[in-house]
Amino acid sequence: MIGENNIDCNNANCKMLEYETVIGLEVHIELATNTKIFCGCSTTFGEEENVNICPVCTGMPGSLPVLNKKVVEYAIAVGLALHGNITPITRFDRKNYFYPDNPQGYQISQLYFPIVTGGFLTIQGEDGNKNIRIHELHMEEDAGKLIHDEKENSSYIDFNRSGVPLIEIVTEPDLRSAGEVMEFLETLKSRIQYLGVSDCKLQEGSMRVDVNLSVRKKGDTKLGTRTEMKNLNSFRGIQRAIAEETKRQIALLEAGKVVERETRRWDDTKGTSYSMRSKEDAMDYRYFPEPDLPPVIISNDWIEKIKKKEPEFREEKIIRYQSQYGLSEYDSRLLTETKEMAACFEETIVHFNQPKEVANWLMVETLSLLKEKGLDSTKLLFSPEQLASLLTMIYNKVINRTVAKEVFEAIFGTDLCPVEYVAAHNLSMIQDEERIIQIVEQVIGENEQSVQDYIAGKKRAMGFLVGQVMKATKGKADPQKVNELVQVCLEGFIKSEV
Amino acid sequence: MTALELGKKIKNGELTVRQVVEQTYEKIAMLDKELQSFLSLREKEEVLLEADEIQEKINSKQLIHSLAGVPIAMKDNICTKGITTTCASKMLEHFIPMYDATVIDNIKKAGMIIIGKTNMDEFAMGSTTKHSAFQITKNPNNTEFCVGGSSGGSAAAVASQMVPLSLGSDTGGSIRQPSAFCGIVGMKASYGLVSRNGLIAYASSMDQIGPMATNVSDCAALLEVIASYDSYDSTSVKVTDTQYTKSLINDAKGMKIGLLQYKQDNPLDESIQCAINQAKENLKNLGATVTTVTIPFTAKQVLSVYYVLACAEASSNLERYDGVAYGFRSDKDSNLSEMYRKTRTQGFGSEVKRRIMLGSFVLSASQYEHYYKKALRIREYICSEVSRLWNDYDVLLLPTTSVSGVPIKEKMVHTTKEYEMDCYTVLANLTKLPAISIPYGKDENGLPIGIQLMGNYLQEHTLFQVAYTLEKNMEKEKRSGI
Repeated sequence: MIGENNIDCNNANCKMLEYETVIGLEVHIELATNTKIFCGCSTTFGEEENVNICPVCTGMPGSLPVLNKKVVEYAIAVGLALHGNITPITRFDRKNYFYPDNPQGYQISQLYFPIVTGGFLTIQGEDGNKNIRIHELHMEEDAGKLIHDEKENSSYIDFNRSGVPLIEIVTEPDLRSAGEVMEFLETLKSRIQYLGVSDCKLQEGSMRVDVNLSVRKKGDTKLGTRTEMKNLNSFRGIQRAIAEETKRQIALLEAGKVVERETRRWDDTKGTSYSMRSKEDAMDYRYFPEPDLPPVIISNDWIEKIKKKEPEFREEKIIRYQSQYGLSEYDSRLLTETKEMAACFEETIVHFNQPKEVANWLMVETLSLLKEKGLDSTKLLFSPEQLASLLTMIYNKVINRTVAKEVFEAIFGTDLCPVEYVAAHNLSMIQDEERIIQIVEQVIGENEQSVQDYIAGKKRAMGFLVGQVMKATKGKADPQKVNELVQVCLEGFIKSEV
Repeated sequence: MTALELGKKIKNGELTVRQVVEQTYEKIAMLDKELQSFLSLREKEEVLLEADEIQEKINSKQLIHSLAGVPIAMKDNICTKGITTTCASKMLEHFIPMYDATVIDNIKKAGMIIIGKTNMDEFAMGSTTKHSAFQITKNPNNTEFCVGGSSGGSAAAVASQMVPLSLGSDTGGSIRQPSAFCGIVGMKASYGLVSRNGLIAYASSMDQIGPMATNVSDCAALLEVIASYDSYDSTSVKVTDTQYTKSLINDAKGMKIGLLQYKQDNPLDESIQCAINQAKENLKNLGATVTTVTIPFTAKQVLSVYYVLACAEASSNLERYDGVAYGFRSDKDSNLSEMYRKTRTQGFGSEVKRRIMLGSFVLSASQYEHYYKKALRIREYICSEVSRLWNDYDVLLLPTTSVSGVPIKEKMVHTTKEYEMDCYTVLANLTKLPAISIPYGKDENGLPIGIQLMGNYLQEHTLFQVAYTLEKNMEKEKRSGI
């Protein structure tokens, strides 16, 4: 197979094992503050074009930026979660370039004194735990959105997004595989979601990832020439891009060519990337300190206050759930996928102290109901109290599991009390043996064939009969009792046959 | 009649606001065809209606400000809602802001009446007002001569008494220098005292809007109106006492005045040197001590720092003029970069383009360390050297400009000659200190001369007191014959 630049990629595949991939990431995260970073416009996503704008975020003459303190708070929170150093006096700088989505002709960012330097994130690498070092984290403003109209051969600009606060996290080139990149992004995403500073959704653009990748022969300590890959809109896309770019670079080197230091754009439909601009075309941003914004002084007091608000993160919960509640690692992972889920779990066991029961209900019933409704586990539309109440009723055999499922679906998205609902709809489990026997006898009377089948050895026939009894009781009978009684009855038949 | 006197006459009913407005438009009709101070005037009928509203409020004691009903002109880089704000540039020739600058809010609250927008050097870059894209303003003292810049229109409007007050902006001397050339009082206050919100930016770390008037008292009264903390301007400072008219005290006894000089002797026009000497004697006679003090910089060094920093900031501030969302856009372009290039080539005048190129150069990656970063450091050094002077002096005395009476027809052979005129004014912008220029006699051609007083940061009170005292004790001949 001949690929780009007439290089034989198949041959390269064999050579790949001799090479090591070296990856660094630049992750942009949209912060979920109510207003933009330098003006009071709303950051609400998905509104009509150009409604959340003002002279500041549209770069009108005479407008001036005013810093949103919440942005700084969120940036510090993320920095602390990454074990980074908070810069005591942090400053903004202007990054100058022309582009229609950039109304001022410059982006207010940070270059010389970013708010966080250093830090790391621990991931589960191929050979155990690994620390991925953070180079820096800084605050900046987002640009507007360009919408291209092919028919009219024109472009439109929506400035709603202009000025939305971003933090950019730059890692050191410590990652060695697509797998590690995924681990890193999952862990980072989890931390940030737990902090509540962003919903961090790659597909929606609240998290954006650029991949810096180079290759070198295993054992080499010197870094190869890296390329920067942009337009990675899904986790799968990131993985594919890493695989392709690794192959492409190895193929080049094997053919005696040189890897160009360039920015490439990933095309997921084609499964390839192409060069956007080379080193020669590299922009000179003419960075200089932003004169309209005074330096931000961050006191130790403020840092302490923010640190105090730091929640228990997912990795810590996973370990704790295993030791404290005896749950498996898999279950602990599932329960802590979102902070809402974990919080629901922890709150529910306060009212109903059966961790395994609660865990099961959340992992099985809840997740499947959410999936049905097209929701994710950040939107648990029920309270821990409601869940505890429901599970308590099952535990006390007030209702059976099937009914419980119905009740759950009914109270989902409402604040109905399950106990009241059960009472109002007369759903309590029928436990009265005499009543059940009556129904069992009736069902058996109406289903002679099944009885014969059972006697003939078809054990499945019992299941059918049980089902019929449950149906007759509108599912309210205690299934355990029904099972017992049907069995007894049938055994009775067999005895009598004999 | 001064603005304060006019305000008084309006308050006690001797004049109605309507009368004042009518008279203003008459004067403008008479004088401005030749002087060319105004770029745009508000519709007289609209202003008369506003005058009536203000009259109502004055009558009912709703408006009690001492300047209520007084007309004022605005430099055309201050955003006025619904009124074109052009910066004397083709780029913004038809630009109408949807918002008022904060100073405009203050002006309106005080009940003053905005008559029109005045001519300036394009985007405030220049010292002659010859760099306006639209017209050249003439000096009311002698129309063959320059009015100075960049707030030339504002200076001429006041000097010719078409309006008693105007606002200008000062980045390197753009209020003080034209004030000196026209024979009026112009002031740049401490950086941060007057909000920059709504001022179309030239050099953000130095720009300040300031008052221009025929006398020190009016200047103080106008500064009182426009000085206020503004949360929309992150460089704005909170000051508790802005009652500058209270500092208009005729007393300089015991004041320690430093006669400021640069390290190397800078050539001064003889008449300016004379004026400085006479001011010095005058102050001594009034009981002040005047000592010559030299700062360890040459004029050229200070100018270099200013131009590197100002051009750099300007190159960035003017990037937004790209023809995309508002303002001038060239037509017939085949692609985006051509549109950018043509728009900015055609929309900007040569002086603006020159400064953008200089600014882009000094900020470029390979030059940043040699120019911009160095200039920042030297600026800090200049600031610290000047700040030490306040241990020994209350106010500094120095020329406003090194020359007077620049003919309009004179072609500046080297552009830097024009820049060199700013050597005494840029110091206040670099150090963020307040400075005022007051008229102090005439040169041999009969053109006005100004002298400059500089004060410590946020010490406008002391500055006004000395300026007022000097003004009150000037021999009659010294006062510019307005």
